[in-house]
Amino acid sequence: MYLYDAIDQRLVDERVAQFRDQTRRFLAGQLTEEEFRALRLRNGLYIQRYAPMLRIAIPYGLLSTRQLRKLAAIARKYDRAYGHFSTRQNLQLNWPRLEDVPEILAELASVQMHAIQTSGNSFRNVTTDHFAGVAQDEIVDSFVWCEIVRQWSTFHPEFSYLPRKFKIAINGAKADRAAVGVHDIGLHAIKQENQVGFRVLVGGGLGRTPMVGFVIREFLPWPHLPTYLEAILRVYNRYGRRDNIHKARIKILVKERGAERFREEVEAEWAHLKDGPATLIAEEVARVEARFTRPRYETLKDEPLAGDAAFMAWARRNVHAHKVPGYAAVTLSLKKTGVPPGDVTSDQMDAIAALADRYSFGELRVSHEQNLVLADVRRRDLAALWREARALGLATPNVGLLTNIISCPGGDFCALANAKSIPVAQAIQERFDDLDYLHEIGELDLNISGCINACGHHHVGHIGILGVDKNGEEWYQIEIGGNQAPASLGKIIGPSFARADIPDVIERLIDCYLARRDSEAERFVDVVHRIGIEPFKESVYGRAHQRASRSHREPALA
Amino acid sequence: MAALIKGRRVVTESPLSPKDKVVRLEPADDPAAVSLEGVTRVEVSFPKFGDGRGYSIARLLRSRYGYRGELRAVGHITRDLLFFMESCGFDAFELREGENPHEALASFEDFSDSYQRGYRRQPPA
Repeated sequence: MYLYDAIDQRLVDERVAQFRDQTRRFLAGQLTEEEFRALRLRNGLYIQRYAPMLRIAIPYGLLSTRQLRKLAAIARKYDRAYGHFSTRQNLQLNWPRLEDVPEILAELASVQMHAIQTSGNSFRNVTTDHFAGVAQDEIVDSFVWCEIVRQWSTFHPEFSYLPRKFKIAINGAKADRAAVGVHDIGLHAIKQENQVGFRVLVGGGLGRTPMVGFVIREFLPWPHLPTYLEAILRVYNRYGRRDNIHKARIKILVKERGAERFREEVEAEWAHLKDGPATLIAEEVARVEARFTRPRYETLKDEPLAGDAAFMAWARRNVHAHKVPGYAAVTLSLKKTGVPPGDVTSDQMDAIAALADRYSFGELRVSHEQNLVLADVRRRDLAALWREARALGLATPNVGLLTNIISCPGGDFCALANAKSIPVAQAIQERFDDLDYLHEIGELDLNISGCINACGHHHVGHIGILGVDKNGEEWYQIEIGGNQAPASLGKIIGPSFARADIPDVIERLIDCYLARRDSEAERFVDVVHRIGIEPFKESVYGRAHQRASRSHREPALA
Repeated sequence: MAALIKGRRVVTESPLSPKDKVVRLEPADDPAAVSLEGVTRVEVSFPKFGDGRGYSIARLLRSRYGYRGELRAVGHITRDLLFFMESCGFDAFELREGENPHEALASFEDFSDSYQRGYRRQPPA
């Protein structure tokens, strides 16, 4: 856990005071709607469909139990006693009152938390691998680098009014679990001749123009990280489009310029900054690193797990390897059938905090798959933890499986949504509630977004579902073949469907996959990449001639 | 007439003297393309509250092109922007209509520190 120093705390406190005054001036009519909008958004406050929504930052998804208990208390006091963990590893409250927000922020500051830059056209929460620091394939502890970038990107005087939001992800292990290819900037740590550096990707992103980022630099030695980021951001801040909100992300600038020209511009800018005063030094990295508390691991041996079939099914899906012998990381699933993905009640938060205190050094992580991770559990405690987690409804053994659905809050809550997403997730979870069958299907990411803004990351789901609006009605478009890492984008299989048809469509896609796979080891997405989408189309819509007659019927249906 | 803050003080605009040379930059202008010879005031325009290009222009004028004269932010400016603007090198601010300049002065102290090296503010002596 990163512990604030005096400066970190003071800045957060000063931000609370600043926002308190801005809210007061807005309510007194001294700030216009437009001005207050820009200011409240950079404090995480949206005005939503039914009420404001407050997005609280959980930097790189790392949370202490003291903080989780505070979140539970805030949700109880100012909201309806629950919160929603988002794909950006943040927590959203859906029903706070505008007038209460300064007070909520003050309470957050008392446990070293905030809502700074969780929205608006500025740097967003830096995200990373939820197994940072414990993964067996670790190259660097990405938390340290996330914190360095968090500080660099917080209240940046020059880059606080960017053309559009800006998301940075950092991956510190060999395998990419941070989806660096679909971020405005992705940093993938690598080691070359014993020097740590980053492969730098730029211009990835989802939303209405999904793109995979391009490698602007194969190897950037770590001291140059701040100046190189500054160079990219200056080019973007000056030349990114501001005339059209839908073309304002850096990916559009990269696309319009072309990767080579964009790289040349960044390198020309960097030539002025390289080795300048912002260059990172080892003492600074060590200073940040020293502010992280570390678990005091016992010396243990890895012993094989044993238990009944239910325990073993959970262990197979929700228990993950750890770099320290005798320990494991555990996913607490927030994807129980019947519960909106990522939703947690205040009582559950308190109970989870108790589990983390007892089993995992008082810390936990939020994964971008909207689950919680206890990263440092003794293997010998797994059975006891499993029993407790099961009693709390947090032990659904579906991590990596079809029902571990990523979903945005959708039309039930969000003002932007074209369609609801949570009922779709529930209908799919109900259809596929047979665990044996789920394990038979194997690894499958199913992601749902309620609109083209793609908060549910549907483009990188093996199956992606997108809510669309047709003459005021909710329809759903299906993509297949997307993948988070290595990043690839899904392809649309054809005309969209009514909500009630979605479980059938998913079932037909699964049938097609099961019939075509070479072995159990070949995942759904692998089959799509091997044989293309046509067989899946046929399985869903029928053969080409049948499709023609179907598409005649479609307008009548729509 | 818009209220003016200069050197962290509320001032009234003094008429230009023959020695004064004023250049005005719009957000899309390139500061590298401007001759700064003899210029006593550069005005950087902020036509919209959320347009952040002027911050980069100020930063470049100060840190790369060696401009030391008055650097004035004009346009849609409220006290909420002063801290960042000053950090980027502005030392004069024309506030938007209706903004109280005396109350705005406190915003230069919104934050007591900053994470970014090289952006430290230089409060007037």
